[in-house]
Amino acid sequence: MRPEKLLFPAPEGLYCPAGGFHVDPVRPVARALITHGHSDHARAGHGAVLATRQTLDIMRLRYGEDFCDSEQAVGFGEEVSLNAVRVRFHPAGHVLGSAQIAIESGGTRICVSGDYKRQPDPTCTPYEPVACDVFITEATFGLPVFHHPDPRAEIGKLLTSLKQFPERTHLVGAYALGKAQRVIALLRRAGYDEPIFIHGALTKLCDYYQAQGIDLGDLRPATVERGSGENFRGAVVVGPPSAFADRWARRFSDPVTSFASGWMMVRQRAKQRGVELPLVISDHCDWPELTATIRDLAPSQVWVTHGREEALVRWCDLAGIAARPLHLVGYEDEGD
Amino acid sequence: MKAFAALLDRLVLTPARNGKLKLLSDYFRDTPDPDRGYGLAAIAGTLDIRSVKPAMLRELVLERMDEALFRYSYDYVGDLAETISLVWDQEREDRTADDPGLGAVIAEMNRLGRTEVRSHVRTLLDRLDTSSRFAFLKLVTGGLRIGVSARLAKQALADFAGKDVGEIETLWHGLEPPYLPLFAWLEGKSDRPVLATPAIFHSVMLSTPVQEGDLDGLDPKDFAAEWKWDGIRVQLSGFGSTRRLYSRSGDDISGAFPDIVAAMNFEGVMDGELLVGGTARSNSPTRTFGDLQQRLNRKTVSGRMLEEFPAFIRAYDLLFDGDADIRPQTYLERRTRLTGLIERAPHDRFDLSPLVPFSSWEELDRLRMEPPDPVIEGVMIKRLDSSYQAGRAKGPWFKWKRNPYNIDAVLMYAQRGHGKRSSYYSDFTFGVWTELDGKEQLVPVGKAYFGFTDAELEELDRFVRNNTTDRFGPVRAIRAERDFGYVVEVAFEGINRSSRHKSGVAMRFPRIARLRADKPPIEADRLDTLLAMIEG
Repeated sequence: MRPEKLLFPAPEGLYCPAGGFHVDPVRPVARALITHGHSDHARAGHGAVLATRQTLDIMRLRYGEDFCDSEQAVGFGEEVSLNAVRVRFHPAGHVLGSAQIAIESGGTRICVSGDYKRQPDPTCTPYEPVACDVFITEATFGLPVFHHPDPRAEIGKLLTSLKQFPERTHLVGAYALGKAQRVIALLRRAGYDEPIFIHGALTKLCDYYQAQGIDLGDLRPATVERGSGENFRGAVVVGPPSAFADRWARRFSDPVTSFASGWMMVRQRAKQRGVELPLVISDHCDWPELTATIRDLAPSQVWVTHGREEALVRWCDLAGIAARPLHLVGYEDEGD
Repeated sequence: MKAFAALLDRLVLTPARNGKLKLLSDYFRDTPDPDRGYGLAAIAGTLDIRSVKPAMLRELVLERMDEALFRYSYDYVGDLAETISLVWDQEREDRTADDPGLGAVIAEMNRLGRTEVRSHVRTLLDRLDTSSRFAFLKLVTGGLRIGVSARLAKQALADFAGKDVGEIETLWHGLEPPYLPLFAWLEGKSDRPVLATPAIFHSVMLSTPVQEGDLDGLDPKDFAAEWKWDGIRVQLSGFGSTRRLYSRSGDDISGAFPDIVAAMNFEGVMDGELLVGGTARSNSPTRTFGDLQQRLNRKTVSGRMLEEFPAFIRAYDLLFDGDADIRPQTYLERRTRLTGLIERAPHDRFDLSPLVPFSSWEELDRLRMEPPDPVIEGVMIKRLDSSYQAGRAKGPWFKWKRNPYNIDAVLMYAQRGHGKRSSYYSDFTFGVWTELDGKEQLVPVGKAYFGFTDAELEELDRFVRNNTTDRFGPVRAIRAERDFGYVVEVAFEGINRSSRHKSGVAMRFPRIARLRADKPPIEADRLDTLLAMIEG
């Protein structure tokens, strides 16, 4: 079967007519397969949803009990048949529960990688390569400028700053799902055992991670009565980056604003956001990971989506791999 | 190199002065010689390193990557040095082990022959990690902008050693990178370095503004007053055949003022104001700052310029008389020596800043507000027994400016501040009315980010958040209409014509003096009012 017949972009999202399903649809559909819980991939209001147990749990936490009509959990490596199409979920290493979805029919296998990364991450199952004919890759950081450093060294910068500025609150911006928990877990692994204060938007997800056996240590709400900001001197406070520009941030005395994101690789980005301590910690592949993955998998075709398609397509051309951008509508990155 | 690169990375993003001081003093404490001395030089602007042309760097990077991929990258990052530092490694490389020292890198660069530069830079870029590569590229392309003044670096040295910054200022211009004797002295390992010759620039003595209550309890009899002239502060140094004119920050501007240099007939170091026009002794008027500007920022000067805009020095003080360092003597003693020296200097190029007699602060207050000459911007108050101390100590010298200019303007745009103010809209662009295309419109005339109290900032921030009409990145446009908007009283020190601004004017030192929520925007000032201030 020609791959373009098996799976192609439709207004709702990637569509597989033979299997009667969409992957990560942006509008409500009858049957959806969801790679992971970030809101640009997992939306409420579908009929049937097939995803990993953890992704389903995360969707329930974010959207409430009736986020879909019916759900079906699938384990990594388990095969599910949908009409004439066989699908299988494989770990993507992006956030807790994140999966790549291999879609196979008539001797053609397409792997929708969703968002993925290859750096080690203590909060989720590591990425697993999936042999395929067509590899659909994200390109969020698809430019040669992106080289994510060792996250332990980045966390080291935060610890150094805590020693240098022991009187200042260190406000770490991190997206609520995945990044926040990863930053906390990295801090714990680096030996930081003080209580860590979290913004209210993080509570449910952090509780869920802890319940899934990921130890995040002593977490406390970053709530105070007005005017008692002294409590947070020298403390680490983690919250969604949007909250830092908000009145919420005023409760902290002379804060060092930090932001854990792959975008922090570029100084001007950090400067524009008023970030004082950028931490280059990303849940996506950087350029060397993207190119190494494509080389390792050696698919006959690469479809590039979700970011800077043109540079990665150009690289594939130079490497003699057939590649083209896969134009998906309505996809904006929430994570990173 | 890594320590220096990490320091730069943090300094660039640290807005608060205290934060910068802490980062710098930790660096000076933890980094060995000679690297820290070269780091100091890079920050203070005294580093001498062979430069590399951007074109060569571009060629080097294109040797290793596709041009289209480089172009995508450069378009995204927008800065050549940063782009190259980021894309240099195509694969993941572990460069944690190798860390050539800043001093070694600089020494090697300066030793190279012309033909060796290309291959050396290539090898070096291969050895350095991303952050160090960026620092290195910024050093060799001369684009290091980190928002740290030489003065702040010296303050950090003082903090780290527990010394007074004035002592460092006194020595500063006699020392050079990598400042080994300076660090040895700061760490108590050797004596204070001794100047080899006085024929160098010496850090100047600065004053603090008179603030509420500063003069209470001070006896006017202990002080002298002089007019504060609106020129530029300079230092003249004459020893043997060496004749130099330095700006306040130590730049050698002799080349632009051959008329002054030729007239220097004294041995010593003098402090004074550079002005255009005639000296008091030649009975011709002192001309405005605008006229002086015609002579500034030039490498050379034409004969016609010299004739139309003759420069002269109004002398304030004497630091060295011959080669005798008289800075520790009192103001009165130094002034006596200065008077004799000016007496013998050419009358058309030198005069002595006159004393302003006064017997009470009230009297001086009246004098400063109605000075006898339009080129006077206030008075200087100097303690009679004060020594000449480099830097801005509070107490010995005050400046008391005549009242600032004031206008009412309308807030037009706001931007979030930094550090403590990062959740507040605290940087404001304000405008005044003018007729454009046949109708009354606001035209931006300046930007201010201080002058208000914390409570007033809360009020302004609330207004911005509730009345945003548009957003451009971090900037918000604010509602500013004839009958709805926010009027503020803006105070500023001076105003000049400017071709760089749409309004055609540029204010000096604007700040928000008062909130005028009571005033409808249409009653704010007009551009004509500002233009008239320039003529005056």
